[in-house]
Amino acid sequence: MPEQVRFRGGVHPDDGKSLSQAAAIQDAPLLETYTVPLLQHIGAPPKLVVAKGGKVLRGQRLAEPSGFVSAAVHAPTSGTVKEVTEVALPTGRTGPAVVLQADGEDKADEGLAPLTDWAEAEPQVLKQRIVDAGIVGMGGAAFPTAVKLSPPATKPISVLILNGVECEPCLTADHRLMLEQPEAVLTGARILARVLGVRTVRIGIEANKPDAIALLTEKARGTGIEVSGLRVRYPQGAEKQLIHALTGRKVPAGGLPMDVGVVVQNVGTAVAVAEAVTLGKTLYERVTTITGRPVVRPGNWRLRVGTPYAKALELAGGVSFDPAKIISGGPMMGFAVYSLDIPVMKSTSGILLLAREDVTQFTGEACIRCGRCVDACPMALMPGTLSVQIENERFDLAETWHALDCIECGCCAYACPAHRPLVQHLRRAKQEVMARRRAAENKSKR
Amino acid sequence: MNAQVLQAVWAVVLLTGTGTVLGLVVGIVVKLFGAEIDPRIEEIEGLLPGANCGGCGFAGCVAFAEALAHGKAEPTACPSNSAAAVERICALLGVAAGTRNPKVAVVLCGGDNAKARQAALYNGVVDCKDAMLVAGGAKGCRFGCLGLGTCARACPFAAIEITAAGIARVHREFCTGCGKCVAACPRNLIRLVPADAPVHVLCSSPEKGAAKRGVCEVACIGCRKCVKASGEDHITMNGFLAVVNYDNPPTAEVAAVCPTGCLVATTPPAETETADPAREMVHA
Repeated sequence: MPEQVRFRGGVHPDDGKSLSQAAAIQDAPLLETYTVPLLQHIGAPPKLVVAKGGKVLRGQRLAEPSGFVSAAVHAPTSGTVKEVTEVALPTGRTGPAVVLQADGEDKADEGLAPLTDWAEAEPQVLKQRIVDAGIVGMGGAAFPTAVKLSPPATKPISVLILNGVECEPCLTADHRLMLEQPEAVLTGARILARVLGVRTVRIGIEANKPDAIALLTEKARGTGIEVSGLRVRYPQGAEKQLIHALTGRKVPAGGLPMDVGVVVQNVGTAVAVAEAVTLGKTLYERVTTITGRPVVRPGNWRLRVGTPYAKALELAGGVSFDPAKIISGGPMMGFAVYSLDIPVMKSTSGILLLAREDVTQFTGEACIRCGRCVDACPMALMPGTLSVQIENERFDLAETWHALDCIECGCCAYACPAHRPLVQHLRRAKQEVMARRRAAENKSKR
Repeated sequence: MNAQVLQAVWAVVLLTGTGTVLGLVVGIVVKLFGAEIDPRIEEIEGLLPGANCGGCGFAGCVAFAEALAHGKAEPTACPSNSAAAVERICALLGVAAGTRNPKVAVVLCGGDNAKARQAALYNGVVDCKDAMLVAGGAKGCRFGCLGLGTCARACPFAAIEITAAGIARVHREFCTGCGKCVAACPRNLIRLVPADAPVHVLCSSPEKGAAKRGVCEVACIGCRKCVKASGEDHITMNGFLAVVNYDNPPTAEVAAVCPTGCLVATTPPAETETADPAREMVHA
């Protein structure tokens, strides 16, 4: 294993990946209806371009980007637009969604032609294709990919990193993708490198996926792409931590990877980019891990966007006993959801069901000042101190103690022996601090 | 006399001397340059609730008292003060008391734990704003009261209680209408209404009737019975939700027509000037 920098903090949770990592990706059968949310990314909500009763084909555009930081949404199958309505989303909010009645033919839209000569294509053309295909970061944050590929001229990019770390416990979607579509991962990497104009491409994979490391190392031979196995430690897959581990560069507080000349893309994003360019396929499906001890057949499925969680769970054989908690995403960073009546989105990397004994009860005990959260925090924050400030609604203090640098990785709450809801506190603080900043901005404008 | 005693005596003499000299300097400076402070400010301040709720629009009770003394505010601008205290301030300032329509806060949700369904068990920070961060709140109704007491903690007069059934209720006799709770509620359920408003629709969900009934027994199902009984001027429909027109409220009898019991009649709060319990609670 090559030398690597040890990033600060981190924890070693049970990775829980054995439940689903051996299960090959299966295609989900076609459903009768899909509920496709419009706002699946970070940024401006896209503009609807279809009307009720309109016919669409698979991969056809349902909504177009409404600005630079926005993304298009495409039809998961061919059919008729039944209605546009407000639905509950995995994020806990509600938002507009297109309800699509499938016609069962699943006829593909030929709107985007394959760019077979991508190795000679202009970077602008490739970037436009990424916009047209509605590609967003598939690691979970769903930030529009084209924006990340458009750094200002003052921030030259020297390294492209593909994130195959998948440090989130229980999730195996990226692992299976690397094993089953290694060529697509590498093609995507080369396309992304061409768009950015960088020569150095590195793929980071944690050592608990030796098969993926070996396979990609072999396939990448001669391409100049360097595959690195990384000693396992959560949250290595967090952008800033991965950059530090692979390049030794530190992203400054409040900064972006481009500030240190790096762009990080998830391997799932690379596959989506490769398919958009070489096949002309828009982003209407993704690989999702459905797992947890209550699940009868945990595994990995290629789910179309708009598939209800309940239908997805049926694919995995349902549950053998009642789960205590349903999580959209993984156990460390995922969001608890209260209902299975929510649709799979571009960012849905996993659907996790937890048994009663897997769930920690928060008791609201006082901080005992042991400092374990400080040791665990990869962003060098003091979560215990922050949480006390936040409990007393001192968001002004929390701001000066860098609450906004929190990446919500959950290491502090994992390490806390008093079971304090530290991440919830920090999330609240981030929300309040942002609200205060917006209010101050509006005031200065007036 | 040994050296230690001498040292102590010197210390006493030195400090007393310094104090006397400095005191004289301060006294002279005040006498020569000191500004006259309106003695009424302190007196007015004593007649204000002292909760610093900000309901008057000033930074606190002292700032409001100063504004009153300088004629920059009306005595009735304080929403929290008792009528008797306002009268005394008016007498002190020699101004006529304007009319004031006292307001009270009302939580426009009736779905307590017995009547409204919970979507899940919430186990986290006991605060509505924090609970909203977890999938938007654990209550079946996305618009209902979460009952975790953010408003009760914001109330400077301790007028809001989270009932045993898990819903926020305003004690009208203590509520002064300062509006702190209105700003605190993350679901925007609290509204300031005229204290003499006879009825309230205790529901804030704009969803369709069937959807609301699925999660709550006492939701407004949008049947319009109350609108027909009282007339469009008194109760208006906002989508599937009946809304009382507080500028022109209906009579209390209309509450009887509501099939779900979300239209509730209120009795005006008892006159509490003599006891002034709000202030006692604050200072207790």
